Amino acid sequence: MTAMLETRALTVRYGRHTAITGVDLAVVNGERLALLGHNGAGKSTLFKAVLGFITPASGTISIAGHAPGDRGARCAVSYLPENVAFHGALTGREILRHFARLRGERATVADPLLEKVGLAHAAERAVGTWSKGMRQRLGLAQALIGAPQLLLLDEPTSGLDPVSRRDFYALVDEVAARGAAVVLSSHGLEEVQNRTDRVAILSNGRLVADGALAALAAEAALQAQIRVTARQGEADALQGRIGGRRCNGIAVEVSCPVPDKFELVRRLASDEAVRDIDVRLPTLDDVYRHFSERGRTEE
Amino acid sequence: MSAVVRIAATTLQEIRIARRNRWAILATLLLTAFSLSLALFAAGQSGQVKADTLTLTAASLATLSVYLIPLIALLISYDAFSGEMERGTLALALATPLTRSELCLAKFLAQIAVVGGAILVGYGVAALAVALPARGATAAGLAAWMRLTATSLLLGAVFVSLGIFISALARRTGTSAALAVGLWLLLVVLYDIALLGALVAGGDGLFATRIFPWLVLANPADAFRLFNLVLLDSAPVAGLDGLARNLPVPPTAVLAILIGWLLAAVAGGIAAARRLKP
Ligand SMILES: Nc1ncnc2c1ncn2[C@@H]1O[C@H](COP(=O)(O)OP(=O)(O)OP(=O)(O)O)[C@@H](O)[C@H]1O
Ligand SMILES: [Mg+2]
Repeated sequence: MTAMLETRALTVRYGRHTAITGVDLAVVNGERLALLGHNGAGKSTLFKAVLGFITPASGTISIAGHAPGDRGARCAVSYLPENVAFHGALTGREILRHFARLRGERATVADPLLEKVGLAHAAERAVGTWSKGMRQRLGLAQALIGAPQLLLLDEPTSGLDPVSRRDFYALVDEVAARGAAVVLSSHGLEEVQNRTDRVAILSNGRLVADGALAALAAEAALQAQIRVTARQGEADALQGRIGGRRCNGIAVEVSCPVPDKFELVRRLASDEAVRDIDVRLPTLDDVYRHFSERGRTEE
Repeated sequence: MSAVVRIAATTLQEIRIARRNRWAILATLLLTAFSLSLALFAAGQSGQVKADTLTLTAASLATLSVYLIPLIALLISYDAFSGEMERGTLALALATPLTRSELCLAKFLAQIAVVGGAILVGYGVAALAVALPARGATAAGLAAWMRLTATSLLLGAVFVSLGIFISALARRTGTSAALAVGLWLLLVVLYDIALLGALVAGGDGLFATRIFPWLVLANPADAFRLFNLVLLDSAPVAGLDGLARNLPVPPTAVLAILIGWLLAAVAGGIAAARRLKP
């Protein structure tokens, strides 16, 4: 399958500051990609380069075979910026009808879309009086106009309440099922876990991970942390037997590969000196931190 | 074809914004108030002068509009792009098939419509107030009035496009506001003063006869005023406008100067808008 979006060795600079370094990324039709990364990692910059707002210092970007910013690319792409803003004096319906015309659609597509994102009740009110989440949903409605082939959504769920967030991902599923590629950036690992097909992690402008979250977790091979609390006065002896790190007077922390954890727990449970066992499995945050920090130390 | 739809849609949206912001009504009220008071003043004078009231009003309006119309046009247009950059609304528009040139053109058309509407209403009300009472209007007076209206629209268009140019250059509303004020002072006030100073210092030499008239005409505001005054034989003419008596070119050529400014400013605006990074 040909890629809807493909970047090769993409490098973007702001003056002397390099925001993106040598990023190779491909997204195919129907795929949902989550772009993760710390603040200032280069996520928004990547979107802007794909939109043609910033000219790359080197490397190439192709949007369904088109160069960023040219006619074909503009028709294929829709965008939700991270700080979406509208002219406050206009109503939601006026704004959406306007964007429909800009995208070559009939203005009548506006009302069903407002309905879809749950804004029908506010359609007649000036957007200046709307809440942040409402404006965010209008931005999303705007990005859904027509049949975009590539959706670039920069932190689309920021400012959304949990229910709206779920509704948002349902809409994303819908456009992906139609065959569009969706790239969305996020700081919420849990929310992208089951809602996207792949994650790409940027760190200091470098792509440090690219794959399904489960595969990345396996690749990271993170250890399970087991905290063992000893009976009164037996902590030293316990540490002597099982090794690990001493946390305080009575607790020892040991780690082991995730698949081996049960054997270790069984062994610890039969130790007379052990009073309590607490097992902590690696979380998504740990996986994320693993890759993100790997990128930083490579600097 | 779809480009036409995009430009038309954006123009209408921009006009809607100007109306919501009360800019349209404010500009109209301002111009109406000023032209009406000049017209009533001229009507009071008409007994003592041989010219008809409409001609007299056209002459005094030409002198006033040269300050007022650039001011109104710049006030409406100075943040066309810088305001959108600052609010962050530009990124959304430019991620659609709308191109920067189309957006520039649409803003230009919308603001011309607002300024033009204000001029037509303001001058129209004043003309009616003068012409309705008997002996107010003559054929010559009407012709002067039409010329004044047409060139005022052109002058408005020049300064709207200059304002849009500034707004795309500056990227910040504060900067573009300062640039707009500076441009207005420079073209409308300081330029004439500097030229008069040079004329006094230079005496009757080559400068006064050869260079000075062209320098005056190079300024769109002066070109506008001279074009209107040169065709009014009976109107009182003094100062820099004395030049109206011996223009180095035919009056219609003065219009070409205004059109040249317009085209240059629109081209500059489009070029500057192309370089914006939303
Ligand atoms: N207009 C700009 N001029 C100069 N540097 C910029 C500009 N925009 C971004 N940068 C720099 O580029 C780097 C990447 O910024 P970017 O906005 O892409 O980060 P991000 O991943 O979107 O962060 P966040 O999660 O906070 O939104 C940062 O170091 C930032 O300071
Ligand atoms: Mg960002």
